[in-house]
Amino acid sequence: MKESDITHRLIVGFEIHVQLATRSKLFCGCAVEFGAAPNSRTCPVCLGLPGALPVLNRRAFELSMLTGLAMGCDIAPVTKWDRKSYYYPDLPKNYQISQYDVPLAHGGRFEVPHGDETVSARIIRAHLEEDAGKTLHDTPGCSLVDLNRAGTPLLEIVTEPDISSAEDAHVFCTELHRLVTYLGVSHANMQMGQMRFEPNINVAIEADGREYRTPISEVKNLNSFRSVRRAIEFEYQRQVQDWLADPGYVFKERPNENRGWDDDRGVTVFQRGKEAAHDYRYFPEPDLTQVEVTRADVAEIREGLPELPIPRRRRLIEDCGLSADDAATIVSDRATADLFDGAVRAGGPPSTVSKQFVNFWAKLANDRGVSIGALGVAAARMGALARMVDEGTINATAANRIAERMLESSESPDALADAMGLVAVLDADQTREWVDQVFAANEKAVGDAVSNPKKAKGAVGFLRGQVMKISGGKANPKLAGELIEARLAAPRDD
Amino acid sequence: MLTATETADAVRAGRVSARDAVTECVDAIDRSDGKIGAILHVDRDGALRAAGDIDRRLAEGEDIGPIAGVPVAVKDNICTIDSPTTCASGTLKGYVSPFAADVAERLVSAGAVIVAKTNLDEFAMGSSTESSAYFPARNPWDMSRVAGGSSGGSAAAVAARIVPCALGSDTGGSIRQPAAFTGVVGLKPTYGRVSRYGLVAFGSSLDQIGPVTRDVRDAALLLSVIAGHDVRDATSVDRPVPNYVAELDRPIEGLRIGVASDYFGAGLDDAVRTAVEAGLDALRERGAELINVRLPHLKYAIACYYVVATAEASSNLARFDGVHYGHRTADPKDIFDLYSASRREGFGAEVKRRIMLGTFVLSSGYYDAYYDKALRVRTLIRGDFEAAFEKVDLIASPVTPTTAFPIGQKSADPLAMYLADIYTTSANLAGVPAISVPCGLDGDGLPIGMQLSAPWFEEDRLLAAAHQYQSITDHHQRCPKQ
Repeated sequence: MKESDITHRLIVGFEIHVQLATRSKLFCGCAVEFGAAPNSRTCPVCLGLPGALPVLNRRAFELSMLTGLAMGCDIAPVTKWDRKSYYYPDLPKNYQISQYDVPLAHGGRFEVPHGDETVSARIIRAHLEEDAGKTLHDTPGCSLVDLNRAGTPLLEIVTEPDISSAEDAHVFCTELHRLVTYLGVSHANMQMGQMRFEPNINVAIEADGREYRTPISEVKNLNSFRSVRRAIEFEYQRQVQDWLADPGYVFKERPNENRGWDDDRGVTVFQRGKEAAHDYRYFPEPDLTQVEVTRADVAEIREGLPELPIPRRRRLIEDCGLSADDAATIVSDRATADLFDGAVRAGGPPSTVSKQFVNFWAKLANDRGVSIGALGVAAARMGALARMVDEGTINATAANRIAERMLESSESPDALADAMGLVAVLDADQTREWVDQVFAANEKAVGDAVSNPKKAKGAVGFLRGQVMKISGGKANPKLAGELIEARLAAPRDD
Repeated sequence: MLTATETADAVRAGRVSARDAVTECVDAIDRSDGKIGAILHVDRDGALRAAGDIDRRLAEGEDIGPIAGVPVAVKDNICTIDSPTTCASGTLKGYVSPFAADVAERLVSAGAVIVAKTNLDEFAMGSSTESSAYFPARNPWDMSRVAGGSSGGSAAAVAARIVPCALGSDTGGSIRQPAAFTGVVGLKPTYGRVSRYGLVAFGSSLDQIGPVTRDVRDAALLLSVIAGHDVRDATSVDRPVPNYVAELDRPIEGLRIGVASDYFGAGLDDAVRTAVEAGLDALRERGAELINVRLPHLKYAIACYYVVATAEASSNLARFDGVHYGHRTADPKDIFDLYSASRREGFGAEVKRRIMLGTFVLSSGYYDAYYDKALRVRTLIRGDFEAAFEKVDLIASPVTPTTAFPIGQKSADPLAMYLADIYTTSANLAGVPAISVPCGLDGDGLPIGMQLSAPWFEEDRLLAAAHQYQSITDHHQRCPKQ
């Protein structure tokens, strides 16, 4: 069969591991810390020593509930812990404490507006579990085990296979990443493996009026959005080609597989077939008690939910009149969005505040490798700066210069504008004088503007720029523009 | 040798120094334990140092605690920092825990001196202490017989008067059965009464640490010290600890004692039946009321127990893999060989049998038929006790169907060995406290135990009744010939 004889569609679901931003591990008091000396963040509990017992980290449970609620999940009134048994050197007890049949959250949906469409996937469940340590194979002739990571709290989120393109997968994962950082439940640093994506991928193929489904492959441990997209694109093509080459390559006839992603070569690599699937011998963890969650507990956690990124973007667009792109930039992280709202509350007009965020605050933050929220400028001062522009006290260029100074100085933007001599001149006579000078010095532009209506608009902009220049940035552009237009329109008196 | 209470009183009164008490104890161990096999490790120097410290603090007028200067032996599956904790297993030979069990800390802070670690069936799996990887513990009443198990070392040591008291652990009768076999008192507290932190787990939902003592007063004394909430054990229960010693004189007039025919059926040795019935008569004469109760699901207790306990054990013992600590095989070919050879060499036959049983009952396709069904049976057994305790205050029964059996008699027949636990496992499955008190000797002069069990967290009532029984009988005062 040729590719032109068939149609096909992609089916993708996700397992996503989110490392929770708790100070200590899930079942002991050891610090959760990346990069510490091997095995220096361990104790009898996370080492799995004989006689040691786990004790649940309440904060990890609360953060998990918060995430579940933010994804529209129901929180189980009673949830429990189970042991998942398998042997691996970096799993010290040779079982992982996880949640099997009663996850703490289930039955949600996560929807992401994307252009005019919505990318959406149902959330089957979210459960808490402990991470394993790391086995290091760098030393020839031996493998070393570092258990610093062992016992780190992970929230595993499982979606229905509702995603139908690599692009949508990218959008979905990006937004979910934003959600968990927004909620503060995870630092979700992808390089550090704090958020890992495992797409389950197969393809529905229409041929001869029948539908065939390829076996499901699970690509393990993707730690960038780009690799999520590329791995899915690759798998999509590979599975179609494998089916074309072998019509027996279908679900249940051939085993599902685990595959790894080789980022350098841009290919997925077979790891193991799932016909030899582990029997994990799940059973209830007898060392931990069930967790009972009352309606009041859920209400209290729900109370702590901030305005989530998606509704927040919508509000900035609909209520504040921001463009979709500007809203996305401002809502990209919570501190920045909070700062925006704070600046507006302090009296900054939303459109001006958003212009300043996108034009110079973002650039200043970028230059320093931080987010706007981390620049250390208080919302009230940002709001004041925007208001000054809006009221004509300073012009946009001056605002940019003042903003730079605000990073180092705690003075008010008013005082800075004064000190820097940037307070706009609203005096009409002074401005008229600058306009006169500019008209005198730019006869050609003035001539063009008068004789050629097509060039008039550009000429006004040019002349206004010249006025700003000779005024040292102090002219009020609006006033200058009005005076220029008035003068161009006036009958020549010479 | 003095009892724990007598020792504590003597030390407090200045009649005996802690150093004297400890010296007498370690000397007795050195002198007598060679033929008993109750002790795995003795820390003479450390114990004497600790005793000297207590004497010095006492001399300075410090109020150290209720058991200041009392030597205590601790079962070797309870972590202590100054001596090995081997669980009588080859896999943990020489293993020293970097942390102490909650009970060990409580003992020390109450002034006790941990003098020795006692022998047990490997990882507490057994009913005879024959499955110890090192040597069996013998019964001081008859050296050709077992001391019972798995806390056989603790029971034999107390019975032989080489230590005043000891701690054991009880998963399915491992304190009460050896106590009955050796004529001493053994108490399994309510699940959650004593912290399991630092107890090397066998069946996590069943395990409890408890005292093994000469009399009930000592059991009350030790329980007062080791009981209490521990944030490091999520299954330990946060409720006040009564002064069990002060409650001992509570009268038993009008106490309703349940007698379940389910405990007196086929397989019960005549001598045991006679002695337990005599014990019941004594309680009645003292003013207790005997009431018939039924525990209809008791007949499933052994089967249920051996599914739940082995399932948990198979998981709990997975960590002994030769990777992180414990025995590692020499020159493994690969990681699989490292695991399998280390475990094959490190574990004994009974431990392997239980790991295999437990692995089987948890396996996909068998879970529902075995493990899940066992959990449901467990709920029924718990329900039996709940219903019975609506009508009675305590339940009385034998501890074991027979007296101590000869060494080697059952070691080749695991099922016969498992059936020795027939009267004890139900208390663990239900979580209720139960005590074994001596109630006579059989025709061979071997001790017999009577079991009393109480509702959850009613150890005070349980101990008071057992103490009242001892105040009118003298079975607990008999001891094996030296």
